[in-house]
Amino acid sequence: MNSPLTKSKFLDINVIRQEFPILNREVKGRPLIYLDNAATTQKPQQVLDALTHYYTNYNANIHRGIHTLAEEATAAFEHTRDAVKSFIGAGSREEIIFTRGTTEGINLVAYSWGRKNIQANDEIIISNMEHHSNIVPWQLLCEEKGAILKVIPINENGELVLDEYNKMLGPKTKLVSIVHVSNALGTVNPVKQMIADAHAVGALFMVDGAQSAVHLDINVTDLDCDFFAFSAHKLYGPTGVGVLYGKKALLEVMPPFQAGGEMIKEVTMQKTTFNDLPYKFEAGTPNIADVIAFKSAIHFVQSIGKEKIRRHERDLMDYGQQELEKIPGLRIIGKAKEKVSVISFVIENAHPQDIGILLDNRGIAVRTGHHCAQPLMDHFCIPGTARVSFAIYNTRYEIDELVKGLLRVVKILS
Amino acid sequence: MNPEPNIVETEQEIVSEFDLFDSWDDKYEYIIDLGKKLPPLDPKYKTDENRVRGCQSSVWLAADYKDGKLFFQADSDAVIVKGLISMLIRVLNKRTPDEILDAKMDFIREIGMTTHLAQTRSNGLLSMIKQMKHYALAYKIKDPVASKN
Repeated sequence: MNSPLTKSKFLDINVIRQEFPILNREVKGRPLIYLDNAATTQKPQQVLDALTHYYTNYNANIHRGIHTLAEEATAAFEHTRDAVKSFIGAGSREEIIFTRGTTEGINLVAYSWGRKNIQANDEIIISNMEHHSNIVPWQLLCEEKGAILKVIPINENGELVLDEYNKMLGPKTKLVSIVHVSNALGTVNPVKQMIADAHAVGALFMVDGAQSAVHLDINVTDLDCDFFAFSAHKLYGPTGVGVLYGKKALLEVMPPFQAGGEMIKEVTMQKTTFNDLPYKFEAGTPNIADVIAFKSAIHFVQSIGKEKIRRHERDLMDYGQQELEKIPGLRIIGKAKEKVSVISFVIENAHPQDIGILLDNRGIAVRTGHHCAQPLMDHFCIPGTARVSFAIYNTRYEIDELVKGLLRVVKILS
Repeated sequence: MNPEPNIVETEQEIVSEFDLFDSWDDKYEYIIDLGKKLPPLDPKYKTDENRVRGCQSSVWLAADYKDGKLFFQADSDAVIVKGLISMLIRVLNKRTPDEILDAKMDFIREIGMTTHLAQTRSNGLLSMIKQMKHYALAYKIKDPVASKN
């Protein structure tokens, strides 16, 4: 096959790296090796340019102004909404609500949908591999309403025990909220089937897509999820921007989450009527600059193609696992069959914090700790792990440097 | 016999020791060594009450009071933290409450360990120092002789 398509499958990582100015910096006198991409990815030049361009040329408050700058800013802001809509395969732009991030998206559903629809003895299902952001909002809701929080257990490989899930589902189940890709383990959960199972008992399904949106092809219509939340900053975009997708029919009958400007239609001292979707859920001046720059991040991902990004990251993960396992005393936590871009590990007699500090000394950024998933760490009976997570700009050379660093860590700490 | 060095002199000792190291690796190897050498904490002190739970690692810190002076003991599950505490103990051990309360602890910056002072690290050096000063203050209030100083 010699079509132009096949040719363009070739990825020159060095060319991609040049788009990320931060990768040129040094840490502790060595070139930065950034392996904390599940926490946040670095930003390509086009995202940085979009931010500067906005502030330099058309900074204005959006939606209400009639002057040129306001019109330009509004148009750019709304273009991002359209870009997000096609990026995740939503049916309509009104289903795309801008938030501060995944956490706010989950809280929005818990407060708005949850407080209207959950009653005493109703059941909400989450799993044992959730980020605290997908645990605590539901705990608060359940406490307030006298509802019951059920937790799907996981097996030794770090996969959900689906039999248990299916046993939990029943007429009392009102909502299931599950992480698509585990931030601590990289496990990809089979949400499509789980969504169908939840719908079969009349429950809604929310997907925490914080980690999945950058790695997997997301089509919310095909998944048939009711809510899907993710963040821009884990997707090469700016911090402080996230998206909540919700099915239009659900969003329309949900009460507002926050109140203020933008979200109203008419205000009198007696009564306020609310704006239409999606603005009903976007109170106050939004994060205009970062939403606008988010479109450049989506463009960056689409111009390379998720398929190619995945193939590159898969290669890094396979190579990384193979090389890390050669380190004496190292144990990989989370060996799910379906996994993306994350390797979490512990080393005998080495505390994750010590590993993190010593790697930082060599300019290598990894994450250590419980990854905001304490119940998951408890399951594996460990205080935390060291976690490396990959992005499109990482290389096999960086993994070799990581391995060298870890061998030294083992030597120093033993 | 030389008199025991005071807090500032001890801090200066540590700073000159660190001046000998060229690289970060050497500094940390030294700290790790200190951590490994820190005397084990008496199990009776390894209680939840003495535990400072951090996002990353746990620290136990206990203090005894004898003849107007504080005696610290500590432990951590992470060895670098343990080494850092070992230095704090070296500076603040066997001091009066007032000496501890007045201590500036500038040496941490001078040896380049500022990252460990970050406010966000709930069991970072800053909260360790705060905890040690709390102990000093508590004993000062309890002890009428010390509180007269």
